[in-house]
Amino acid sequence: MATIELDRLVKRYGQTTVVHGIDLSIQDGEFVVLVGPSGCGKSTTLRMIAGLEEISGGEIRIDGRVVNNLQPKDRNIAMVFQNYAIYPHMSVAENIAFGLYRSKLTKDEKRRRVEQAAETLGLSQLLERRPSALSGGQRQRVAIGRAMVRDPAAFLFDEPLSNLDAQLRTQMRIEIKRLHHRLGTTSVFVTHDQVEAMTMADRIVVMRDGHILQVGTPLDLYEKPVDVFTARFIGSPTMNLMPASLREGGAELSLGGTIEVPRSSPKTSDILVGVRPQDLVPTAGARGLSVTGTVAVVETLGSETFVHIENSGQTIIGSAPGRQIPRIGDKLTLHAPAERLYYFDKVTEKALTAP
Amino acid sequence: MSKAASFEGLPMSRIRPGRILAWTLLFIGGVIMVTPLLFMLSTSLKDASQVYDLRVIPETPTLDNYIEILGDGRFTRWFVNSMIIAVIVTLSNVFFDSLVGYTLAKFRFRGRYIVFVAILSTLMIPTEMLVLPWYLMASQFGWLDSYWGIMFPGMMTAFGTFLMKQFFEGVPDDFLEAARIDGLNEFTIWWKIAMPLVTPALSALAIFTFLGNWTAFFWPLIVTTSAELYTLPVGLSSFAVEQSIQWEKIMTGASIATLPTLIIFLFLQRYIVRGVMLAGLKG
Ligand SMILES: Nc1ncnc2c1ncn2[C@@H]1O[C@H](COP(=O)(O)OP(=O)(O)OP(=O)(O)O)[C@@H](O)[C@H]1O
Ligand SMILES: [Mg+2]
Repeated sequence: MATIELDRLVKRYGQTTVVHGIDLSIQDGEFVVLVGPSGCGKSTTLRMIAGLEEISGGEIRIDGRVVNNLQPKDRNIAMVFQNYAIYPHMSVAENIAFGLYRSKLTKDEKRRRVEQAAETLGLSQLLERRPSALSGGQRQRVAIGRAMVRDPAAFLFDEPLSNLDAQLRTQMRIEIKRLHHRLGTTSVFVTHDQVEAMTMADRIVVMRDGHILQVGTPLDLYEKPVDVFTARFIGSPTMNLMPASLREGGAELSLGGTIEVPRSSPKTSDILVGVRPQDLVPTAGARGLSVTGTVAVVETLGSETFVHIENSGQTIIGSAPGRQIPRIGDKLTLHAPAERLYYFDKVTEKALTAP
Repeated sequence: MSKAASFEGLPMSRIRPGRILAWTLLFIGGVIMVTPLLFMLSTSLKDASQVYDLRVIPETPTLDNYIEILGDGRFTRWFVNSMIIAVIVTLSNVFFDSLVGYTLAKFRFRGRYIVFVAILSTLMIPTEMLVLPWYLMASQFGWLDSYWGIMFPGMMTAFGTFLMKQFFEGVPDDFLEAARIDGLNEFTIWWKIAMPLVTPALSALAIFTFLGNWTAFFWPLIVTTSAELYTLPVGLSSFAVEQSIQWEKIMTGASIATLPTLIIFLFLQRYIVRGVMLAGLKG
C-alpha cells in the first residue's frame, strides 16, 4: 500500500507538451479515477507513474520516495491494460503466475497465491485454459489476477473495461470496486467514461489538454463543477446551458424571463445559466427558472422520461417523472428551483461563486 | 455422394471462363514442375545403359544406384555437411534476424531509420557482386575451405531481418510493457514474450533459410576445395565431371537430396503456405 504524489509533473514529446505540470496527491488506499476526453493525457500520466514513459519534468513520489529514475519493476506497481495484455501462448495459471516472476517465493507458495487469486476472481475452473478459449470478461479477470498476485503497492488501470460490452462492463465495474474494498490497495483508474468515473471513484480527477481542471469526490464534481467543461462532462444527459445577461438584481435569459441570481461580482455581464435535466421538471416551484418550449423529442427510460423542448433554436432537456409523458408538438413549461441552478462566466467559462 | 450430387446440381453458368483459364494454367504449371522430378526419379531407377532411353517407367527398375550411392562414404559426408550447414545457418538466422528485427521494430533510438534503410538496401545487391568480396575476406581471415567459410555470408540476412521487423511491429506494445512491469529484463521479454507471438513468421523464416542453404550451390562451390567439405549440391555436380557424366548417379543423389525438402514440406505444409502468404515476396 502506498501514497502517490505527482509534483509539477511534465511530459513533452519533442516540442509538444502533453502534460503541463500537474499536481496530485493520492492517499493510501484511495481509488482515484482520471477522466477526460481522448488525448487529454490520462494514459501518459498513468504510464509515467508506472515508469513506462520518461518524465520530462517534475517529480513522482511513491510512498514518499522519488521514483523518477526507477525502472517499472522497481516501483512495485501493477498495471492492467485496455487490451488485457495476457499472453496467448500461456495458460491462465501461467499468466497469473507471471505477476510473481521476480518474487522469491517457493514454488508451492506461488501456486497457492495463484490459486487464491483465481478463486477471488472466479477463475478456479479455468486455470488450465488458454486465453483464446476465454471470454472478454474472463480475460480481463486474468489480467487483474496477474496484477493481484504480487500484492503491489498500487494498481494502475488504463481503460480496462472499454473492450467489454455494456452489461459486462457494469458487472466488472462492480467486481473491481469490490476487490478494492477487500484489498484496500491504492488504485489509479483511467477512463473516458464519466459513469465509470462517478460510480467507482473515491475521488475524480478531471483532465483536459494536459491540465487538471478539478479534483473532488463524485458528488463534489456533480454539485460544484468549477467550470463549464466539468459541468458538461459529469452527469448524463449533459447539463443545459442558457445564455443570460446580468441586470441589477437578476439575470435576463435570452430565452425570455428573468431569474434571481445570488449576490456575486462577475467581471462581465454575459453569463451562462446551467441546469441539469434531472432538476428541470414540469411541476412549478415557488421561485427559480421557468422555460417554455415545444416538445421535440421524448426519451422514455421507464424510471424517468427525458423531454427535449425547443425554443428559439435552442434545445433544452428536462425530465418528466413517472408516467406523465408529454406528446411531441405540445407546448411545455419546465421549472427548476433556484438552488439547483449553476452560473458560469460566459467568456472564461469559470463558475461564478457567490461571495 | 452428397458432394457429387451438389456438383451435378451446379448450373453450367456457375463455371466461369475465368475459372477454366485459371485451372488450365495451374495444370500446365503443375506438369512443368512435376515432369523434371518424375524424370529424376525414373532415371535414378535405371542402370547406366538405359539412361538415354527416355521412358518414364524404367524397363527394368533397379535400386542399384541407391545402394551404391548410400554405400559411398563421400555422399553420406556431403549429406551430413549440408545438413550441419543448413541447420546452423537456419538457427543463426532465426536468432539474429529476429533479435535485430525486434530491436528495429520496438525500440526508438537515434539512427534507427538509417540502420533499417542500410539493411534493406543490401537486398538490392545481387549475390554475384558479393562473391568476390566474400572470397577475399574469407581468404584473408583464413576461412577458405571450412564450414565457417561456407556459412558466414548467410548467418544473418537482410530479408530475414526485414521480415521479422514487420512481424514484431504487429506485436502490441502492451504485451511488452506488461512484462516490463512484471520485472522481466529486455532480453527475456524478447525471448519469452515476443518470440512466441511471432512463431508463424519464425517458421516461415526457418523454412526459407533451410531450403535456401540446403540447395545452395554457387558460394559453397567457390569457397570449398577439398571434397570432404563439399555440400550435397556441389558434391553431386562433381559426379558430372568425373570420367563421364553419370546421370543415373546424379539423379539418385538428387532424389535423396529432395527427401529433407519433401519431409519438411509434408510436416510444415500449413506453415509454408502461410509463410509464403505472409512474406509475399519470396517463395
Ligand atoms: N509517442 C508520442 N509522440 C507524440 N505525441 C504523443 C505520443 N504519445 C502520445 N502523444 C500525445 O499525447 C497526448 C496525450 O495522449 P494520451 O495517450 O495520454 O491520451 P489519453 O488521455 O489517454 O487519451 P485516450 O482516451 O484516447 O486514451 C495526445 O495528444 C497524443 O497525441
Ligand atoms: Mg489512453
